[in-house]
Amino acid sequence: MTETPIVEAATATDRTPVLECRNLCVSYFTRAGEAPAVVDFNLKLMPGEAHGIVGESGCGKSTVALAIMNYMGRNGAIVGGEILFQGRDMRTMTQEELRRIRGSKIAMVYQEPMASLNPSMRIAEQLAEVPLYHEGVSQREALARAESMLEQVRLPDPKRIMNSYPHQISGGQQQRVVIAMALLSNPSLLLLDEPTTALDVTVEAGIVELIKEVAAKFGTSLIYISHNLGLILETCSRLTVMYSGEAVETGAIHDVFDNMRHPYTRGLFGSIPVPGANKNARPLAAIRGQLPLPYARPKGCFFGPRCDYFVEGRCDQPPLMMHEVAPGSSHATRCVRFAEIDWSAAKASVAERQPVQRGQVVLRVEDLSKHYIIESGAAALIGARRTVKANEKISFRAHEAETVAIVGESGCGKSTFAKVLMGLEPASAGKVQLGEIELANLPVQRRDKHTISRLQMVFQNPFDTLNPSHTIGGQIGRVIRKFGVESDPKKVQDRVDQLLDIVKLPRDFAKRLPRQLSGGQKQRVGIARAFAGNPDMVIADEPVSALDVSVQAAVTGLLMDIQREHRTTLLFISHDLSVVRYLADRIIVMYLGQIMERGTTEEIFSPPYHPYTEALLSAVPIADASVRKRKIVVAGEIPSPTKPPPGCPFQTRCHYMIKGVCDVTPPPLREFGADHVIACHLEKDALEKMEPVITAGTAA
Amino acid sequence: MTTANISLDTAPVPFNVRIRQPTALIGLVLLMWVPLTLYVMFGPFLSDTLKSFVLLPAIPATVALYVIAVTSWRESPVAIIGATLVFFWLFVAVSAPYLPLIDPNKPLAPFAEMGAYKKDHWFLLGADFKGRDMLSRDLWGCQRVLVWGVSATLVAYAVGAFFGLLAGYLSGWWDQAISLVCNILLSFPVMVLFILILNYLGPSGFNIVIAVTFASAPAIMRIVRGLTLDTRSRDYIFAAQTRGEHPLRIMIFELLPNARGPIIVDACLRLGYTTVAITTLTFLGLGLQPPDPDWGLMIKESTKVAMVWKFSYMLLIPALSVSSLILGFNLLADGLREMSLRD
Repeated sequence: MTETPIVEAATATDRTPVLECRNLCVSYFTRAGEAPAVVDFNLKLMPGEAHGIVGESGCGKSTVALAIMNYMGRNGAIVGGEILFQGRDMRTMTQEELRRIRGSKIAMVYQEPMASLNPSMRIAEQLAEVPLYHEGVSQREALARAESMLEQVRLPDPKRIMNSYPHQISGGQQQRVVIAMALLSNPSLLLLDEPTTALDVTVEAGIVELIKEVAAKFGTSLIYISHNLGLILETCSRLTVMYSGEAVETGAIHDVFDNMRHPYTRGLFGSIPVPGANKNARPLAAIRGQLPLPYARPKGCFFGPRCDYFVEGRCDQPPLMMHEVAPGSSHATRCVRFAEIDWSAAKASVAERQPVQRGQVVLRVEDLSKHYIIESGAAALIGARRTVKANEKISFRAHEAETVAIVGESGCGKSTFAKVLMGLEPASAGKVQLGEIELANLPVQRRDKHTISRLQMVFQNPFDTLNPSHTIGGQIGRVIRKFGVESDPKKVQDRVDQLLDIVKLPRDFAKRLPRQLSGGQKQRVGIARAFAGNPDMVIADEPVSALDVSVQAAVTGLLMDIQREHRTTLLFISHDLSVVRYLADRIIVMYLGQIMERGTTEEIFSPPYHPYTEALLSAVPIADASVRKRKIVVAGEIPSPTKPPPGCPFQTRCHYMIKGVCDVTPPPLREFGADHVIACHLEKDALEKMEPVITAGTAA
Repeated sequence: MTTANISLDTAPVPFNVRIRQPTALIGLVLLMWVPLTLYVMFGPFLSDTLKSFVLLPAIPATVALYVIAVTSWRESPVAIIGATLVFFWLFVAVSAPYLPLIDPNKPLAPFAEMGAYKKDHWFLLGADFKGRDMLSRDLWGCQRVLVWGVSATLVAYAVGAFFGLLAGYLSGWWDQAISLVCNILLSFPVMVLFILILNYLGPSGFNIVIAVTFASAPAIMRIVRGLTLDTRSRDYIFAAQTRGEHPLRIMIFELLPNARGPIIVDACLRLGYTTVAITTLTFLGLGLQPPDPDWGLMIKESTKVAMVWKFSYMLLIPALSVSSLILGFNLLADGLREMSLRD
């Protein structure tokens, strides 16, 4: 990405910073004692500047934001250092002063838009509250300002939105309203805590664009908190990388991205799939171990136990200070050995592996459709019915030992498809064949043991995938007994141990309850459970999307290894194109229940594209400063699956839309190559003329 | 939330932890409860020798359970007070035959006052209008209330939870049918329902169990149904479904254990209501029959005499006893809820 961040760092050094944190320490006081959440945090934010804070869950990034708002709940307190807002120490301000600053001078946007809006108030009333309370303007004036602000955040039809309740508008629109609310008082500092994490990628791209635009227009300083390095690269000019409550590296975006000087930062970059990564040639390298708990941090460097460069006697000697990378540079790191480590040396890389040869066809899906019929409320009385087409004429094949990815945003029908496959829902039409067995209308209760064990699933939410009341061993063992792999208790126990070995968990975990495991460990157990019955095919429904970046790489790697070993077919359902690009052999792009494009990974990521694929590719944030992306921001929101647009489902947002064609007839299938199909009205040559969206830069 | 307490070493489990494990706890509860139930429900069928020592093993079990309860609920004083009240009556119930009490049904000195010494006996709490020792009657009386109250609640829970699981998990037609029946049952005033059932079936302990089940099960069904609806869409339920597990297995092994928290709290509260109900029924003459001592009966028998202020203790003593037991159950429920919210 080359375009300079719109929010340019302020040049004048004599101006007072909007916000300055000096050696800030924040602790929470719990029953287990004092838990330091943030230790020795420094930050200087000039007017108009955008600063990113990046880190994994539990690293204290949200605590920094709450500390800045001075709003940490009853058990949190600033235990050291100071926070200067426009030169004044916030700790000395009275509650009254703080209340006046919050929401007017400092505004905050949270992750869940629905939770930030009051569900029982109309948007107009909620927005008008801000100028009414902070500036004491008249009701009329407040409403007028609210409406003009809605226009500025590019909401279509602000009048309608003003009169709506939060649940009547979509998630992306809600987040725009929250941003409008934050901007209404013209704050000098806007805190964004994962503002787009709950949104779909194409919607996220729009919000990110909006944030950059309004910050430039109003001259607002931003603190952008995210776990996504790609997003930080797109929005900020400086960033701080946090680990376990400490800032480990800070500096200008390009310094940190191109010349990282802390092993954790490096590990973080190594574990995210960037366009160059490939499961065979350049596998991801996970960071070993896991994040220490706030009251069980190691002595000295908190990253020590997970670091490859750890040296006894130096890295475990507190205190560790921030060191300037070069004298006078703003790029600093908390690594004592940064000058000795050879940063240009390739990371002790995971060995290159041969691509797996795919085998015979395992799964054959032909014209599969799943429709739901909704008879709701008064409509049912007059006999009116609505049909929701969750899946419409889906066809594809999956071979042995192959990874097929289904990509799509929410409401695209990917989870419904998984349910049909697993036999939890009957298909409305079409065929699904697993080997010789027809599954489309065979509910799971009528499938025999063997068929069930051939098709297993890994679930999305690690906190939901295991029953909290049973032990790990019991849950894996149940699958083994159920599928008749073993029945003798001793042998079941052996097999459980063996499976725990495969997913690289200690055997002792068999006796534990799920709550004693971390998210990544639970997901490993979920994988062990899916593979317990020696399946031919595993459906993985977003198996890593709820995990932290460094854990994601480990779990993905594990899944790939087991698949490779057992020659299992993997159907990988995901919304994340970077992960999919990394691990899939073939990709199916879905939108509103229909396949828009399917082909090999190579074919999907290079032209010709379906316009939706093109937009999706452009929307995915990439954490690589050398990659250039063509900017295509699609308008609007994903239509509700209950009211799909006529013709091509993507026509409402497509900028190639041909009036009178796309909105009338469903798109024809255009074939390129053996198995590359695009469903689009554009002519073949028009599609072929498209330029690549992502191009690797020279520095890569 | 990242996980806490991950340690890879396997230290030998100390005794005080081992005893708190589910199997040990269930064993202790059974050791306390089975003899008591045998003694109270099936007393007439037991031989005198068996009757004389059947309750012996229950005494140490009760004491052990009390100690465990107090040590594991240290953080909630409310729960400890509740447990103390409940376990006091439990202890009295299991040890009544071995306490130095005179026969509760033996008429000695009618209207003996509190602390009076008559017929070679100290009447610490006085005697009732037939001359029976109040202290002895009050302590023995707790057996029947406890056993029938807890049994009735357990049966009501079994029935209510089963239908709640059916309605919540299978939903659709099952849910509508079960909910309709429950709504009809809930529309009767509880007392009317009790009186109808007991008049029809005749007054006895087992019929009280049936009546309490009819009255309580609909409300329990609603609670369990709500909890099931919440849990039903979790991934582990999908995982069980995709393994082809039988719906009954999913309900009992996958869903029910995860609803236990709110159910335990509600059960404690409901034990209180059931105790009230049983006492009231006995008072109305619809429940347990004389002459054996029972708090409801004692209140009933003394109502007329207790109009005279001097003899009001005959009514107050059993009334206070029943209140202390109900208060115990309620405090226990409060404490448990408080602790479950804190974690």
